[in-house]
Amino acid sequence: MSWLSPDGWQAVALSLRVSLVATVVALPFAVAVAYALARGQFRGRGVLNAVVHLPLILPPVVTGYLLLVVFAPRAPVGAALDALGIRFAFHWTGAALAAGIMGFPLMVRAIRLAIEAVDPGLEAAAGTLGANRWRVFWTVTLPLTLPGIIAGAVLGFAKALGEFGATITFVSNIPGQTQTLPSAIYAFLQVPGGEGDAARLVIVSVLLAFGALGLSEWLARRERQR
Amino acid sequence: MIEICIRHEVPGFALTCDFTAPAGVTCLFGHSGSGKTTVVNAVAGLLRPDAARISVNGRMLEDSGAGLWLPPHQRRIGYVFQDARLFPHMTVAGNLAYGIPKEPKGAAWDRVIGILGIEALLERKPRSLSGGEQQRVAIGRALLSGPDLLLMDEPLAALDGPRKDEILPYLERLRDEVQIPILYVSHAVSEVARLATTVVLLERGRVVRSGPVSEIFADPTLVPVLGARDAGAVLEARIVRHHDDGLTELSCAGGTLWLPQVNGAEGSGLRVRISASEVMLAKERPEGISALNVLEGMVSAIRIGDGPGAVVQLQVGDAQLLARITRRSVEAMGLNEGARVYAVAKSVAVARADVGAGIR
Repeated sequence: MSWLSPDGWQAVALSLRVSLVATVVALPFAVAVAYALARGQFRGRGVLNAVVHLPLILPPVVTGYLLLVVFAPRAPVGAALDALGIRFAFHWTGAALAAGIMGFPLMVRAIRLAIEAVDPGLEAAAGTLGANRWRVFWTVTLPLTLPGIIAGAVLGFAKALGEFGATITFVSNIPGQTQTLPSAIYAFLQVPGGEGDAARLVIVSVLLAFGALGLSEWLARRERQR
Repeated sequence: MIEICIRHEVPGFALTCDFTAPAGVTCLFGHSGSGKTTVVNAVAGLLRPDAARISVNGRMLEDSGAGLWLPPHQRRIGYVFQDARLFPHMTVAGNLAYGIPKEPKGAAWDRVIGILGIEALLERKPRSLSGGEQQRVAIGRALLSGPDLLLMDEPLAALDGPRKDEILPYLERLRDEVQIPILYVSHAVSEVARLATTVVLLERGRVVRSGPVSEIFADPTLVPVLGARDAGAVLEARIVRHHDDGLTELSCAGGTLWLPQVNGAEGSGLRVRISASEVMLAKERPEGISALNVLEGMVSAIRIGDGPGAVVQLQVGDAQLLARITRRSVEAMGLNEGARVYAVAKSVAVARADVGAGIR
């Protein structure tokens, strides 16, 4: 018998996949939104800011419920996506969607702070050297923001690994399908004799969290030395 | 030729600026708050004034009447900021190459790097450079972007005295060797006196006067604007000989000048600013005095100040000198326009910072 039960391994593998996909997919959007909030001057900036932060302040169950209302197979959006072969409800992609949305405000906050720390004078200087806004963004703003983006990605990844409320509300707790680490720990605690499995999964969670933190520190240090 | 016409208003400040700048270095001179930086930012497109018409060598960059406004990256304008603003994540070479449309780097690369003396810095990161080195790289970066016009907003203001002296000769070389008009913002009289071809005097958002540097600096009516303490005419001179006793003999329009050891080859041009408060006047050629520089001239204007002082303008050959003396002396000597006088200046009274390379 292995150290973790098959359900446990499945939960770990699924959690990693869900968190990775959630982070990678959400990151470009987070950078775009952070840039718009940090540098943009447009109507509705305050509204965008509020909407982005919503998942941070709403109870996760509410976020999960709202996702269900929008993406359930018989809801308008869910039905339309279903016709295209895209499923979220009660599917691992739904867990990734929930995790991405819950981690999104954390990513945006970290990246936005980093963008705001970039001296606009450097961007202006790049402009006078003939670079249009797009090139200024790619060659000046983005490289100088990189440590913040790494920090944001790690925060988002950690949040995704630990996301529970929205996930379980939106996609339930189906082993091998939508049962992520926290859901699995919760499930093990519900059955008599499951404490041991739960404790081992808790250890895995702690190790993964520390691993992510260490990786981000290492990347940030390497970036500073360049 | 640069044509600039800007109207801009912000609460508490109105800028009405209208001037044309010929080739060479045009210095926008004025005290802080006079609107100098607003003007260069408008020219660069970093600030959008209420109304403006700006053209460089006939190419219109902005014409609010016709709804034309080019963004900064389409203006072909090099901008050297007070803080060098080098990109910290790139090497010096990366910074220099940023504005070059495409490789290969070509002859301009070697030439600019040579003029600025930065070949040894290419692989370094900006943060490891001194302030003066950073500023030289920033100048090189702006030049290499192939601009039609170079803007410099107090590029020396953030540097200490020795660093300023380190950069000024490079700026003089730039003025003489690069055929790009330069719009140079400064509130330091000695910098303007050394670098400017043309001076535009700004005061509280308005152009008070503009003209060739020798004319502006020798105008007694502008002494209050430039500051009485800083007033002094600019003379173009030529090095005749370096003498063994450490003095350099110069010839200028009004005669011979003796200055303590000046750098430069015999025969090369120099520009000397003689501070008005260091010039003494005599009605007869003084004999038996220690001062070496005695120039004969004619009083061409007298401006009596509000206090005890007066400023006398002398015509010396085809150049002009300013002397700051007391009203009492003006009366005692019976000075009036047309009077013949001798201007006396001690050699050591000419500050080293006031001697710069002449325009070739």
